[in-house]
Amino acid sequence: MYRIGLDVGSTTLKCIVLNDANEIVYKSYERHLSLIFEKTIELLQEIKNKLGEDIVSLNISGSAGMGMANHCSIPFTQEVFATKIAANTYLPGTDVIIELGGEDAKILFTSNCPEVRMNGACAGGTGAFIDQMATLLDVSADGINELAKSYEKLYTIASRCGVFAKSDIQPLINQGAQKNDIAASILYAVVNQTIAGLAQGRKIKGNVVYLGGPLTFLSELRRAFDKTLGVTGTLPENSLYYVSLGAALSCDRTLSIDETLEKLRASKASGNYRSLEPLFKNQDEYREFVERHSRSTIKQAEKSSYKNGAYIGIDSGSTTIKAALINTDGELLKTVYCTNKGNPIPTIKQFIEEVYAEFPGIKIISSAVTGYGEDIIKSAFDLDYGVVETIAHFTAAKFFMPNVDFIIDIGGQDIKCFKIKDGVIDNIFLNEACSSGCGSFLQTFAQALGSSIEDFAKKGLESKHPVDLGSRCTVFMNSSVKQAQKDGAKIEDISAGLSISVVKNALYKVIRATSRKDLGDHIVVQGGTFLNDSVLRAFEKELELEVIRPSISGLMGAYGAALYAKSMAPENSVSHILDGERIKNFTHTVKTVNCGLCQNNCRLTVNTFDSGRKYIGNNRCERPITKKSNDDSLNLFAYKLKLLSEYKPCENAPRGKIGLPMGLNMYELLPFWHTFFTKLGFEVITSGLSDRELYLNGQTSIPSDTVCFPAKLIHGHIERLVSMGLKTIFYPCMSYNLDEKMGDNHYNCPVVAYYPEVIGANMSSVKDITYINEYVGIHRRKDFPKKIHSIMEKYFGQFSGKEIAQAVDAAYLEYNHYMLRIKDKGEEIVKTARENGMNIIVLCGRPYHLDPEINHGIDRLIISCGAALITEDSLRGDIEHFPVHVLNQWTYHSRLYAAAKYVSDKPDMNIIQLVSFGCGVDAITTDEMRDILEKAGKIYTQIKIDEITNLGAVKIRIRSLFAALEQEKKNAKGGRS
Amino acid sequence: MAKLEYDKNGRLLYTKEMNKEYTILCPNMAPIHFSLLSQVMRFSGYNVVCLNNEGPEVIQTGLKYVHNDTCYPALLVIGQMISALESGKYDLHRTALLITQTGGGCRASNYIHLLRKALIKAGLEYVPVISLNLSGLERNPGFTITLPLIRAFVAGLVYGDTIMLAANQCRPYEVNKGETDALINHWVTVLSKMLHAGHGYSGKKMEELLFEICTSFAKIKQDGKKRIKVGVVGEIYVKYASLGNNGLEKFLASQDCEVMVPPIMSFALFKVDNRLEDIKLYGGSSVKKKVVTVLLNYLTKMETRMNDALRKAGFKPLASYSETKKLVNGVIGYGSKMGEGWLLTAEMIELYEKGYPNIVCAQPFGCLPNHIVGKGMIRRITEICPNANIVPIDYDASATRVNQENRIKLMLSNAHINENE
Repeated sequence: MYRIGLDVGSTTLKCIVLNDANEIVYKSYERHLSLIFEKTIELLQEIKNKLGEDIVSLNISGSAGMGMANHCSIPFTQEVFATKIAANTYLPGTDVIIELGGEDAKILFTSNCPEVRMNGACAGGTGAFIDQMATLLDVSADGINELAKSYEKLYTIASRCGVFAKSDIQPLINQGAQKNDIAASILYAVVNQTIAGLAQGRKIKGNVVYLGGPLTFLSELRRAFDKTLGVTGTLPENSLYYVSLGAALSCDRTLSIDETLEKLRASKASGNYRSLEPLFKNQDEYREFVERHSRSTIKQAEKSSYKNGAYIGIDSGSTTIKAALINTDGELLKTVYCTNKGNPIPTIKQFIEEVYAEFPGIKIISSAVTGYGEDIIKSAFDLDYGVVETIAHFTAAKFFMPNVDFIIDIGGQDIKCFKIKDGVIDNIFLNEACSSGCGSFLQTFAQALGSSIEDFAKKGLESKHPVDLGSRCTVFMNSSVKQAQKDGAKIEDISAGLSISVVKNALYKVIRATSRKDLGDHIVVQGGTFLNDSVLRAFEKELELEVIRPSISGLMGAYGAALYAKSMAPENSVSHILDGERIKNFTHTVKTVNCGLCQNNCRLTVNTFDSGRKYIGNNRCERPITKKSNDDSLNLFAYKLKLLSEYKPCENAPRGKIGLPMGLNMYELLPFWHTFFTKLGFEVITSGLSDRELYLNGQTSIPSDTVCFPAKLIHGHIERLVSMGLKTIFYPCMSYNLDEKMGDNHYNCPVVAYYPEVIGANMSSVKDITYINEYVGIHRRKDFPKKIHSIMEKYFGQFSGKEIAQAVDAAYLEYNHYMLRIKDKGEEIVKTARENGMNIIVLCGRPYHLDPEINHGIDRLIISCGAALITEDSLRGDIEHFPVHVLNQWTYHSRLYAAAKYVSDKPDMNIIQLVSFGCGVDAITTDEMRDILEKAGKIYTQIKIDEITNLGAVKIRIRSLFAALEQEKKNAKGGRS
Repeated sequence: MAKLEYDKNGRLLYTKEMNKEYTILCPNMAPIHFSLLSQVMRFSGYNVVCLNNEGPEVIQTGLKYVHNDTCYPALLVIGQMISALESGKYDLHRTALLITQTGGGCRASNYIHLLRKALIKAGLEYVPVISLNLSGLERNPGFTITLPLIRAFVAGLVYGDTIMLAANQCRPYEVNKGETDALINHWVTVLSKMLHAGHGYSGKKMEELLFEICTSFAKIKQDGKKRIKVGVVGEIYVKYASLGNNGLEKFLASQDCEVMVPPIMSFALFKVDNRLEDIKLYGGSSVKKKVVTVLLNYLTKMETRMNDALRKAGFKPLASYSETKKLVNGVIGYGSKMGEGWLLTAEMIELYEKGYPNIVCAQPFGCLPNHIVGKGMIRRITEICPNANIVPIDYDASATRVNQENRIKLMLSNAHINENE
């Protein structure tokens, strides 16, 4: 009898038919576009015609097949399990199978102690991820493969999550990195993600087999796996079909195809998804809406033969290019709005050329550029000004509605919102790397559903039952959308549902507003995403209010830049912008070099233009550009690092060497433990600063891929200590931190407190050495000597009570001394800054944010904006205990609230809070910090950091803060009437 | 109407006046337990109502009013409470909310503050919130935790645990479908009346009743067929609440499994015992030690009572708390106490040893303690328990059910293979 194995995956439908001799008599592979029932019916019909038999064995597998199997009572086999069965039959002698699918990634260890691993909730590092990244590069998935064949350099791209990877890739694109290199980097990111996320410490070695779509189609992905793992894996015949083969092999029941078809037809999609109210109840509502919004248009200037002065504004965004040419009255002469196709330069060149062609004799008075590509575009075309996006958008909105209270701009990749008070920016809300419910998100879905974004948006307006998709990350959204499709949601319902979720994301996640009173009466919405009427309508509906959307909604950045250029230059000046002659000779070459000026050794992209104009990208500090070393005299981060580096090992110590991993709380307690052990006669060796390589060396033993990056780094530090030959490592568990009397309790967060347990349980390298992760309580000064005494004797033989007591005394003393030095230096920096009238930034976070691999050089970025930088721990003792509206129970976090309170009445001080992605505790602290600061009329700036290495978005955030402060100052000087 | 009074930090108090006319709403973590506990509270003079509202609006409300990176249980509990308040079913000026607070080092101790922030955003800042805790965190004149209240509470917990443990060992095997659930309803009704009327709290009465409960479940006719035995551990809310775990127990039942969920009593014992471990590890007052030991002994006595009753009636109780604690010696330190702490790790080993090698470790997405004691310990557990078949599942507002069930199915496929070997 024939056995049919059907693999209904998240994107494709695969089928195998076996005869009694286990030979394949039929196979097929196709994308199902979520039309699962229809495609299955077609397929079974075809098989029946081919086989000419009705009674067969049938077995379904695959993530999308579960529901169908249930409905129609067809036997079901879980897909990883099916792979295992097929591998046992067809691939004996295999040690490890790596299978990547549309949204799933799996590793099967088949030899001794078999194990199967499957990715968790996140779909990073799968086929869907590669598809998304391909869209960014404006190629197909195969195109990525072709490009990756000839790469030169690899960049670090976070693959954990498509959203993160996007924000790594977009700046690369905008800085002129080669597509080949980006493509290869994407594939390597997938490899790292698979190994880190799934192998979890188990070595992948021996006979490795690759299965599934991406690994079958992308030869370079296989090569990347080979290279990283140091193996030569094989791609077996039928590598696409192992799940269906396994399903076929597991057939244990016969049935009639006809009857099954009957059941399938009867139980087609149920239409049983959670739905919301439609965007429009009726035609009248729609008409009123269209009519109202058609009023907000801008004047088009009389075009023909305009020969007078004009201004150019360019907005080189994450995915799109916008440009505007305006006349001296601010009227539009010419605009462009298009995708950057992975390289913004040619598009802008064309725009400028067209300006000269269409308006012969035009006089460009001034020009400005904003957006991600600001720096490269400014150098490439010799523009006059760069302006931070927030200011560009605000300038444009104000031109439209002088009394605007709130501006919401949703672009391709960013959400930018500003609260306006007395004509200046009063507060700024920007989306985090992770909440990217933005334009490119809608576009990706539109494309995936085979529709243009314009049609997609139009369809949403007609939806009767918008899908309720919640408001979370893109990756999760993917599976929710697919689920809704399976449940019978139509494309218009998905479009409307996505629009609603974009709005909810902006309101509830980014702005954290719950009602219209949080926003004000005069609201301007702009950005390309608001051109989508579904989004606009969803926004008005969610908060039950009416807003203004300028007709040039998508061009506001460029228009604002043009207005900015206009405001900066008197009418008789002449722009530096490449003129008609020079633009003809425009050339652009890109070279990648390693910087080598510091241990970061950034991989720089050097763009050279005609007549020697240069732009260097992908740098983390100003050194390669200015060729000067960084001035750290007003940088408390740098000072703290320097202090820590002074705790050196005391050589030839009698009790031998002991290693301390430099991560998490060790960043603050090094003075304590270093002194304690040195006093007792140990040579204290630290693992030093983190770097990328250190992280990669430790990543295979990380058991939870959603834990924060600082915790993940510990694995690398331990590996480094072991490889340095240390036989003893001390990394204690600490539920409690020192009590600084600022809170209700003085805990460490669970991860800081107990990560030593995770290391002990997951890292095989600590098994052969003395790894000490005992629980210690330095918060109990009196009990501590006795407790630590018994711990020391447990591992190192006898110590006298006096010896221990002295070491403990010295340790506390040194710790206090260290903290005092930070405080003193902080005060010194503040004093100097005040003498020079500088802005002072309190860069808040955790002690371990000091690690340059964790903060990615944000401290220097702040310094380079002309501010002085101190830290929250330098303010200790400057503020009295005060009530907060949370349970203030973590020592590190109490300092944050205190710092916020402290700056509240200091006009020259502002807070920037660093938050590690995945930090659960900061979900609580950030809201409270914001409350404290906003009550004092301060702008709250949060920067989320992860593995991610690009600083593009961070730069915008920091510059926006400074721009707003600047404006406020100007306003104050001008005297508010 | 009662006057609104505030403490010196501006926290709205629950006053004695209020207690005369207010309804207190509390979330429902485990249906059997909480319906009994609400009766216990009523008997103690508090008009407590357990919330059972579910559905998408609960999640939507949560997403709207709570920081979206906060753990899922907070989002659900707060969403459930606010959507109940907004439903129009309650007189908002005569309603208070009750929420537990353990005072531990994880985010859960902050739920109450997140709830207050949410109430302000929703314009409901006049609704008082009562903290139920044993750490002396927040006090209210109209709600005091007294020894009789603790005693009554513990009794309610013991009845709940006993019914849950017995029923879980009957339901999958029952010959007459629905018989077990009917019996649960019967006992919840009987006990509710008793507890509300102030009966069933004495030691002797409890022993009798517990035995009677267990024997009544033992009488349910079973089919004697084999089922895949699955244990559930995890963050306490998603472990017990079907709202939190997408109906995990129901799904497992539909896959022909026997589900074992360890009792809430272990968690109570764990939270009390932590205080002793702290003193042992870091030092502390001997008075505190004595008081805590008394409480621990009392709970242990209750636990023994429950396990004895189960055993006598022919059920297999899980290990006692002290036995469970021994299992984890050398695996993870007793100092790891935040969230479910070492207990979660210990329960996985316990389940394995008691014949439930297949385990779902349910956790909210990004749960901090679970990075350590859940996912962080699975590797070590499988070293000690070679056939342990553990699947960690993340729960979250937008994690899809299909993804979760697919992973559980993989675990079940492996379970079938292990069973046959």
